[in-house]
Amino acid sequence: MLLIRCPYCEEERPELEFRNAGEAHIARAADIAAVSDEDFEKFFFIRSNPKGIIYERWRHIHGCARFFNAVRDTVTDKFVMTYKAGEPKPDISKLKKESGPAAYANRPPDQLNVKKPAAKRAPASKGDA
Amino acid sequence: MAKAAVKTATAARAPALAGRDFSATGVKLAVLAPAERISLRAPAASVAALSKALGVTLPKAPKTSASKDGRTALWLGPDEWLVIDEAGGDPLADCAGVKALHSAVGVSHRNVGFSVTGPAAAATLNAGCPQDLSLAAFPVGACSRTILGKIEVVILRTAEDAFRLECWRSFSDYAFAFLSQAAVDAAA
Ligand SMILES: [Zn+2]
Repeated sequence: MLLIRCPYCEEERPELEFRNAGEAHIARAADIAAVSDEDFEKFFFIRSNPKGIIYERWRHIHGCARFFNAVRDTVTDKFVMTYKAGEPKPDISKLKKESGPAAYANRPPDQLNVKKPAAKRAPASKGDA
Repeated sequence: MAKAAVKTATAARAPALAGRDFSATGVKLAVLAPAERISLRAPAASVAALSKALGVTLPKAPKTSASKDGRTALWLGPDEWLVIDEAGGDPLADCAGVKALHSAVGVSHRNVGFSVTGPAAAATLNAGCPQDLSLAAFPVGACSRTILGKIEVVILRTAEDAFRLECWRSFSDYAFAFLSQAAVDAAA
């Protein structure tokens, strides 16, 4: 089972507590009535659907119930990072160097969900895609 | 015509699964007595006033609870708490006088509480709950909304080997049956 880090609960939690809520950072126009049909179609229906890194909304529905954003790789299913709703879209080029794992797979079991991890997260992320 | 005797009906509370319990080696399940409960939503600015009115400090850290005089406040989300009163108080009435912005909804009858106690309590819950319930990750006083099998539950660790589990009333049959089977498996 995947563990996903909830930025509100501040820890890794089992994927069963979460629900995907579609692509993130899609802003609704302030005056939606003035939007052309073509632009509305883009806003409403068209999604990027990339092979690789995607920015998504997720909801910790069976936990704190909060919506948050996640950067996920659609090929490996790896959560690169998660961040609170409303926070700016992270720069992916920086992410690859700095971020630690957002999911369970890259962290030893004895470092999960303890207040002070035995080692910092950075070294564990070396060589991550 | 003879006068018909006046009949008055008195509403009697019929708690779900009242008095049910179950024991297996190393773990004991019991259905807890009815309690007063509220679902409380409030922004950070209202927390102090609500804490004062309720007589228990609403916890601000994830996965924590606070308890005082039979009343427990469980952190469920950044602006959401479940308050359980087992001492006969009325948390809904206590919040009614608070002027600070908040939403308090009485959910006393919505939930059924179970106790799961004994050395195999964590193993019993883990049969259907995917969270890490070790003492390091889930210490005494820790609480969380999570899942048990197919249903959503709230779990509170009341002691090293004791948990309180809250689920919605209509799911209580499922929860009890699930836990009973899990208790047998955990004991094996
Ligand atoms: Zn959460």
